[in-house]
Amino acid sequence: MYRLIITRREALKTSGAVALGAALPGQAHALGQMETAIRRVIGEAEIRKGKVTLDLPPLVENGNTVPMSVSVDSPMTKENYVKAIHVFNEKNPQANVISAQLSPRAGKAVISTRIRLAGTQKLMAIAELSDGGYWSDTQEVIVTLAACLEDLI
Amino acid sequence: MSARALINVPKAARRGDVIEIKTLISHVMETGYRHSNTGENIPRDIITSFSCKFNGEEIFASTLYPAIAANPFVTFHTTATTSGTFAFHWIGDNGFEVTEEAKIVVE
Repeated sequence: MYRLIITRREALKTSGAVALGAALPGQAHALGQMETAIRRVIGEAEIRKGKVTLDLPPLVENGNTVPMSVSVDSPMTKENYVKAIHVFNEKNPQANVISAQLSPRAGKAVISTRIRLAGTQKLMAIAELSDGGYWSDTQEVIVTLAACLEDLI
Repeated sequence: MSARALINVPKAARRGDVIEIKTLISHVMETGYRHSNTGENIPRDIITSFSCKFNGEEIFASTLYPAIAANPFVTFHTTATTSGTFAFHWIGDNGFEVTEEAKIVVE
C-alpha cells in the first residue's frame, strides 16, 4: 500500500511540472494536476474569484463521503444565467469531481452531491456564465481518514 | 443490471416556483484506482453521466467522475412550468443504464 502512495505522489509531481511549463508559468505551482484538468475543461479563459460559493465541511473524518454544495449568485434569466458548474480537486488520483450543465429554467444555480477525498486538499468550483465569464471559489478540507487508500476487506 | 434509485420531487407546485430535486442511486462507484489484496488493479466501474428531462426537454445534465462517492447523490433545481413527467437517466461503465420517472402537478 505504501509504495502505491509514493508512486501516485510522484506521478502528481511530474504532471504538475508539465502543466506548469505548458500553461501558466510561475503561477500554478501549488495546483499542478488540478490546473491541467481545469484548462482541459474551460480552456485559457480568465477565472475570477467571486459569485460562487463552494460549501464543504472544513474538517472531515471520513474522506469516502463528504457532502458538497455549490451555489452561484445569478438571476438565472435568459439573458444572464449559469451555463455550467465544474468542481476540481487537488490531490485525488483524478482532478475532476463533477461537471453540471444548467439552463435558465433551473431558477437557482445550486447543486449538491457527496464526494470522495484522498487526503487533506483544496477544492475549486468554477461557474461558467452565459456572458462567457468564469467565476470561482476555493475551499480547503482537512481529511483525517482518506478515501481510496485503505485496504479492501 | 438492477439498481435502486430514490427520487424526491414535490408532488405539486405552483407555476413559477423553483423546486429542488434530490436523487440517489445505488452504485459502488469503483474508482479504478484501488488494488485488491493480491495487488491487482480493480477495474473502474462508475456512473459517468446523469441527466434529467422534463416532458422531453433536457433540464439538467452532469458528468460524474471517480471522486463522486458510492451511491451517487445529486440535487439540482428547476422552475415548475406545467404538469408533467421528469425522466432521470443514469449511464455508466459496463453497460449500466437506469431510467426513472417522477410526475409533478403544477397549478
